[in-house]
Amino acid sequence: MIDHLPILQVIVPLLAAPICLILREAQLVRWFTLIASVLAFVISVLLLQQVQAHGTLIYSLGGWEAPIGIEYRIDQLNAYLLILVTSISSVALLAAGTSLHKELTERKETYFYVAYLLCLAGLLGILTTGDAFNVFVFLEISSLASYTMIAMGRDRRALWASYQYLIMGTIGATFILIGIGMMYIMTGTLNMYDLAERLPEVQQTKTVFTAFAFFMVGVCLKLALFPLHLWLPNAYAYAPSIATVFLAATATKVAIYVLLRFIFSVYGFEFSFSHLPLQEILVALGLMGIFAASIVAIYQNNVKRLFAYSSVAQIGYMILGLGIGSKTGLVATLLHLFNHALMKGAIFLALAGVVYRVGSVNLKAFAGLGKQMPWTMAAIVVGGLSLIGVPLTVGFVSKWYLVLALLESNWWPIAILVLLGSLLAVIYVWRLVEVAYFRPAMQDSAPYKEAPLMILIPTWILVLANIYFGIDTSFTVGLSEQISGSLFGVAK
Amino acid sequence: MNFLEQYNYWIVIVLMMSGFYIVIAHGNLIKKLIGLSIFQTSVFIMYISMSKVIGGTAPILNEAYEVYSNPLPHVLILTAIVVGVATTALGLALAVRIKEAYGSVEEDVIQEKDLQQEGSQE
Amino acid sequence: MIEQNLLMQLIIILPLLAIPGIIAFGKWPNLREAVTLTAGTLLLIAVIVFYQGFDAGQAAYVHWLELLPSLDIAFRAEPLGVLFSLVAGSLWVVTSIYAIGYMRGHGEVNQTRFYACFAVAISAVMGLAFADNLFTLFVFYEVLTLSTYPLVTHAGTDKAKQGGRTYLSILLATSIGFLLLAVVGTWWQAGTLTFTQGGVFDDSTSKVAASVLLVLFIFGIGKAAIMPFHRWLPAAMVAPTPVSALLHAVAVVKAGVFTVLKVCVYIFGIDLLRDIPATQWLLYLAAASVLLASLVAMRQDNLKKRLAYSTVSQLGYITIGALLASQAGILGGALHIVAHAFGKITLFFCAGAIMVAAHKTEISDMRGLGKAMPITMIAFFIGSLSIIGLPPAAGVWSKWYLLMGTLDTHQWIVMSVLMLSSLLNIAYLLPIPMRAFFPGNGQVVKVERTSIKEAPLPSLIALSITALMTIVFFFWPHIFYELAASLAGLSGGVNG
Repeated sequence: MIDHLPILQVIVPLLAAPICLILREAQLVRWFTLIASVLAFVISVLLLQQVQAHGTLIYSLGGWEAPIGIEYRIDQLNAYLLILVTSISSVALLAAGTSLHKELTERKETYFYVAYLLCLAGLLGILTTGDAFNVFVFLEISSLASYTMIAMGRDRRALWASYQYLIMGTIGATFILIGIGMMYIMTGTLNMYDLAERLPEVQQTKTVFTAFAFFMVGVCLKLALFPLHLWLPNAYAYAPSIATVFLAATATKVAIYVLLRFIFSVYGFEFSFSHLPLQEILVALGLMGIFAASIVAIYQNNVKRLFAYSSVAQIGYMILGLGIGSKTGLVATLLHLFNHALMKGAIFLALAGVVYRVGSVNLKAFAGLGKQMPWTMAAIVVGGLSLIGVPLTVGFVSKWYLVLALLESNWWPIAILVLLGSLLAVIYVWRLVEVAYFRPAMQDSAPYKEAPLMILIPTWILVLANIYFGIDTSFTVGLSEQISGSLFGVAK
Repeated sequence: MNFLEQYNYWIVIVLMMSGFYIVIAHGNLIKKLIGLSIFQTSVFIMYISMSKVIGGTAPILNEAYEVYSNPLPHVLILTAIVVGVATTALGLALAVRIKEAYGSVEEDVIQEKDLQQEGSQE
Repeated sequence: MIEQNLLMQLIIILPLLAIPGIIAFGKWPNLREAVTLTAGTLLLIAVIVFYQGFDAGQAAYVHWLELLPSLDIAFRAEPLGVLFSLVAGSLWVVTSIYAIGYMRGHGEVNQTRFYACFAVAISAVMGLAFADNLFTLFVFYEVLTLSTYPLVTHAGTDKAKQGGRTYLSILLATSIGFLLLAVVGTWWQAGTLTFTQGGVFDDSTSKVAASVLLVLFIFGIGKAAIMPFHRWLPAAMVAPTPVSALLHAVAVVKAGVFTVLKVCVYIFGIDLLRDIPATQWLLYLAAASVLLASLVAMRQDNLKKRLAYSTVSQLGYITIGALLASQAGILGGALHIVAHAFGKITLFFCAGAIMVAAHKTEISDMRGLGKAMPITMIAFFIGSLSIIGLPPAAGVWSKWYLLMGTLDTHQWIVMSVLMLSSLLNIAYLLPIPMRAFFPGNGQVVKVERTSIKEAPLPSLIALSITALMTIVFFFWPHIFYELAASLAGLSGGVNG
């Protein structure tokens, strides 16, 4: 049983999806999905324990040894992200029943859970596999499932957002496919670790450079790096709330994992950073993303879209950390992966509560909510403070490491820019706070009640996680430092 | 190396660019999907043609032949085709729903209606 | 020892413990205020007992947790922190008494939130005072900013929102933009953030790097209100007067200059500070801040605004004291924290009392008010003396040592600025009580016995206490002098 954990991690949600179709009954499916997700979480925790105890786990699918067969390979980086994805997924599912019941018709609810599980399976697949082509397949599984989830949004704009995402996402995936194909042409292998061994021999060929470029552009589309982020804001804004929570907290993070894996483990740090101007590109795009997206966020009137733009900005921080190209920079990126998932998870879940009661996430609709929905708004405020990077929240921890990494590399001006960037976060968060706490509620409506407990509890689980991991950082920082060390160790 | 010797790759590039152009330039959702399919297909052809070994046959075990084409890319591309079909199907389904909701499958009409809707909410 | 450690933690936590009580009794104002007062009294007792222990030479050190590897939340008692905690602790209870009269007299809403946020702010101040390292200090610095924001915007009006926006944006912008950078930079340079006698930097630190860090610190500590980052302080005057009094004359602004002093003494160390080229320029900047703020204060007709600008100016004195990098300067700076705290809080109490009792906010309307509100106006007079630095008020001592500091270091320009500014203080403060008692020929307030009376009794008690304190500290400044002297490294201090 323990030996098969890597494959079980993917199989459980993958098999649970069709079973949902058989169960049909929405209430039943809801709990079943939750159980599947929690099971996946338990598996990921066990996997991390295994990895910490015995080092990298290698699992050959069907008994075929790599490079003939497909191998699943779990090291600390995989395990770290597996825990992140499965835990956020489980917390989001806690609230899913209540929120979806309001936002979808019952017949759709079952399908939503199916898509959700498939998306989860796809993301977990990306995180477990050690095979480049498998990454593409799982990426498409998760993407197709997320297009479906987004299209289920109440507003008709959800359809349009989903369509746009589909076009951009497919182009990105095809780029990835081209990149993988070219790598295969040059090396004759698809196994990532085999690739890593064989690529250096052909490193100087144009094909390898082209492959790298195609692959990177494709992944950057998926992770919504500025200026390839255009699909994200609308997709997050109009998707059903639970889909937004799940996607915002996990999907882009997994894309960043792919980026890290290929930069560090497949191509190697040497190749990625010294032969190509990757560093300059990442730093420039990261910074531009932080500023452009934060400024756009300030002018949004749809609060979900506001935080979606803020996600684009936060991705800029992660890419910036990566672009520094130092151990500490990578620690910052890894920390922010985790921390940003917690912040955005909490904020979007709280917004799910607002949608449930108020029915709108327009800024105007927030007037007076500070009094009427105190717990929900408090959750958003804590999440917002975390986004800004106030001490004792997780946001501070990742910002600290990012600034430290920048100073270590003697990039003073960029450190100042990063901190200025977080001041933009103050502005967009405070716009919301002022409306919610200081603008009186609209006269013509009855006061709204606090969000239902089934949404409030998961929201506060994430909010408390925001504070807990902001104070006790031993898990996140410790693991991130180990991962960063081992990724740079591989590079040498 | 002759310019035309690797004509298969030229075809791939031409198809890829035309498909990409259609996706970007056309406002009709169906046409976009057609472009997307062409774009994807070009990549399939790239995979297939790279596995071809000159003089080789289909990879079926038989004593009469010694040179086989590489079967792995074929397998890969079967998977990719399935993914492509699923994507197209989903895209078309979305186009149908969009037509129902907006009454049009033209990008500019949809965007205009969205703008109106946003304007009326302000 | 153990008790001393426990006591220190208790001082930090005690205000927080009061919050559940405050919220639970939100519906019964008398009980709620009783909770606040009890907590305030207990805190005062705790602070005094703690001081006695400290004075007897008992050290206190508590380590709470390790936030990031080798970055701790830890507390330690040292002279300046004890001095600051004494000031803040004794004034909290006085302010609470005052607030009861003021808030009720003014019919303010959301009083429960008010008292709760107030308690959080005090707790943050105590944490800041006992911080063992820069990191802990930074954490509580930010908590203090955020917990006082609801107090500034208390009224909820557009004007309050606007003021709150300025308040938050300047304080957060400077602290995140510069201070955090300086903290990270210090950590990276020195490898430690623990406050150390003589500074943390070793000889390998270049003068340029130290200069950059010092500039970042001085600008980053927005709470010290050095121009051009002083705008938040006048903006914060939209808050209810008890907030302006305790937080924006004492706790928040003093947290700023306290941090400046801490950084100068324990991070840079006096010796390094003296050698950094940037110090001289920052000194001129602080001097300019002192002078300009005094000039602006003269032109304010709104009493609270005038007091706010006066605060900006007085904070400049303390920053100057720190930047003089001499023992007398540090001593004067630390003493001025105390002297200015008691003097300015008295003035704000009076301003609030006038507002509640006479509904007057503009200075030009206050002629002849002395007849109706004699106690208030006398207190105002005493407070003014202390700010100006005339006997028999506490301000004399601090200004004396500050001047000594400028003499020791031959900073003639700074010295003349300090003298000039004191003259300006006379010009903008003393006319207020003078005209109140001797209205002259101007437009006089018609004092009808029925309309304007003295302020509510609790407020009156509070402002009398603080006014008396300024006089008491003129005659018996020993406690604070010894603490400040031991900070400055002069003999005769405790734990020296």
